[in-house]
Amino acid sequence: MPFVRWLRRNLVVIAGLVTLGYLLLPNVVVTVFSFNKPKGRFNYEWQAFSLDAWKNPCGVADMCGSLSLSLQIALWATIGATVLGTMIAFALVRYRFRARGAVNSLIFLPMAMPEVVMAASLLTLFLNMGAQLGFWTILIAHIMFCLSFVVTAVKARVMSMDPRLEQAAQDLYAGPVQTFVRVTLPIAAPGIAAGALLAFALSFDDFIITNFNAGSTVTFPMFVWGSAQRGTPVQINVIGTTMFIVAVLFVLAAMLLGKRKNKAV
Amino acid sequence: MTTDHGGDVRLTGISKTYGSFTAVQPLDLTVPEGSFFALLGASGCGKTTTLRMIAGLEEPSSGTVMLGDQDVTALPPYKRPVNTVFQSYALFPHLDIFENVAFGLRRRGVKSVKKQVGEMLDLVQLGEQARKKPHQLSGGQQQRVAVARALINHPKVLLLDEPLGALDLKLRRQMQLELKRIQTEVGITFIHVTHDQEEAMTMADTVAVMNAGRVEQLGAPADLYENPASTFVANFLGTSNFIEAEVAGRSGDDLTLKAGGGKLVLPVSRCTASAATGEKVLVGIRPEKISLTHADDAGTIPDGRNRITGRVADSSFIGVSTQYVIESPLCDAFEVYAQNIERDSRLAPGAEVVLHWNPAHTFGLDAAQDIEAGAAKVEEDAAA
Repeated sequence: MPFVRWLRRNLVVIAGLVTLGYLLLPNVVVTVFSFNKPKGRFNYEWQAFSLDAWKNPCGVADMCGSLSLSLQIALWATIGATVLGTMIAFALVRYRFRARGAVNSLIFLPMAMPEVVMAASLLTLFLNMGAQLGFWTILIAHIMFCLSFVVTAVKARVMSMDPRLEQAAQDLYAGPVQTFVRVTLPIAAPGIAAGALLAFALSFDDFIITNFNAGSTVTFPMFVWGSAQRGTPVQINVIGTTMFIVAVLFVLAAMLLGKRKNKAV
Repeated sequence: MTTDHGGDVRLTGISKTYGSFTAVQPLDLTVPEGSFFALLGASGCGKTTTLRMIAGLEEPSSGTVMLGDQDVTALPPYKRPVNTVFQSYALFPHLDIFENVAFGLRRRGVKSVKKQVGEMLDLVQLGEQARKKPHQLSGGQQQRVAVARALINHPKVLLLDEPLGALDLKLRRQMQLELKRIQTEVGITFIHVTHDQEEAMTMADTVAVMNAGRVEQLGAPADLYENPASTFVANFLGTSNFIEAEVAGRSGDDLTLKAGGGKLVLPVSRCTASAATGEKVLVGIRPEKISLTHADDAGTIPDGRNRITGRVADSSFIGVSTQYVIESPLCDAFEVYAQNIERDSRLAPGAEVVLHWNPAHTFGLDAAQDIEAGAAKVEEDAAA
């Protein structure tokens, strides 16, 4: 009976831990196998502990090139989508213009549409225009599908913003530019940051749309996919683990920053 | 920033229309320099729109706004030497109290703001809270920050848009006195928008009562209360009793009126309607001006007072006073407030009474108006 009582009291915690374990298990496997010394080309069975891959992360031909390409594309796609998306979000919330309703629903299409369909139609567009597939076509495609996520995130924030705050700024001698920089932007910043992070993550790991529109260019997800058929180098696990750690550090830093802000006041 | 011409706020023929809806009818208004001026009216009467046109947040459809001898009609809000205390304050949530207050100074390029901000925070008694964020303060404190943020710029005019609406009653009373104190201390012109007649009367030197986009009447609080020019003002500011009467004649400075079978006297100077013999007028009298005497003692009432007979329909004891509702042939619900000094225990519901008052307290209005104008709106706002 004491056990049942204990279980009842801690059920929520247990459920939480089990869910967390379920979510983290794949990451644990990836991390553990980054220290493996596989026999043959496939890294699917544990053989022996080794730091080889960590000492030489770029030891596989072309992998670090594709990684750097992916990071570049993700960075530019994030900047492009965030700038455009923020402007679209403000326009949609603040101004009444013709076709506003249409734009409002069309902006969600990239989120709702199957990626394959979008990938194929983008490819058709590029081919018809005679565009050379490569870095630029990938970037354009990424900005396009990241845009809707940024718009959604920023729009929610802008909608909850009291227009009187900007009026108050104007009333206190801030011109249009000052009002935007000093009041509008800082208040909308959390929404914009959320949109930008989402855009970066989506762009970095996109495979389907990229695969259609890349031509002979190879991004990191495409490299992983390609090598999975011929054998998986341990270095892929090293990159995966590093990405995971960087993301966790980001989240922790954000949490600490938020906590300190609350304490300071 | 702008050269100081001092002077009054003058609105000339100013109006605002949205499509076919007219929020503010063309209106002329002068607010004297250094005064505490209130725009009073029910919601939707155009008072806030008028205020926003002075601030520059709303573009007038016609007319001009003058500050002293400077025409500011075409200036954007950030170039006008006026500041606003917004309804619900509109404090910047991402800045602390110090930076909120310093905002206007910084935008105008003032380098060392520390001393000024400190002094201003002391004026509103918030020196300790400088590094807090707005959401960590109580409603009353936020309100004071909003006032400090506006006042630190030494505007020619401070505009207050229902600044006390979000506070509870006790705090509101306290802030009314506080604002009045600050106004006296800094000597800046305050224009205060409110729907609360008590608030307007407590704080303002001059009150403009607005209704449906027009100024119904303008004057000192006591003047508006004692000499309302329309039934709207009479009902919106306090309570009034009305009797329909006919002008019977004139003797000296007084009009003699026939009402039912009785005779009432009204000083000519207190009648805003044209009062030729035979014309109808509305006779108004405030409930606290009326004395009640039991019918048995009718003989003790001095001569020369207006009198009406009636029966007590209801009485409610309020503490400082008792409020009676009297049924009379002339008016089915006459309100009478009697101070509880010497209560006559016979004045219970059903008792026959005589109502009497000094004719000098009577006012006369044009009979063509709605007797209930303004009365219902007061209740709506009280409920809101």
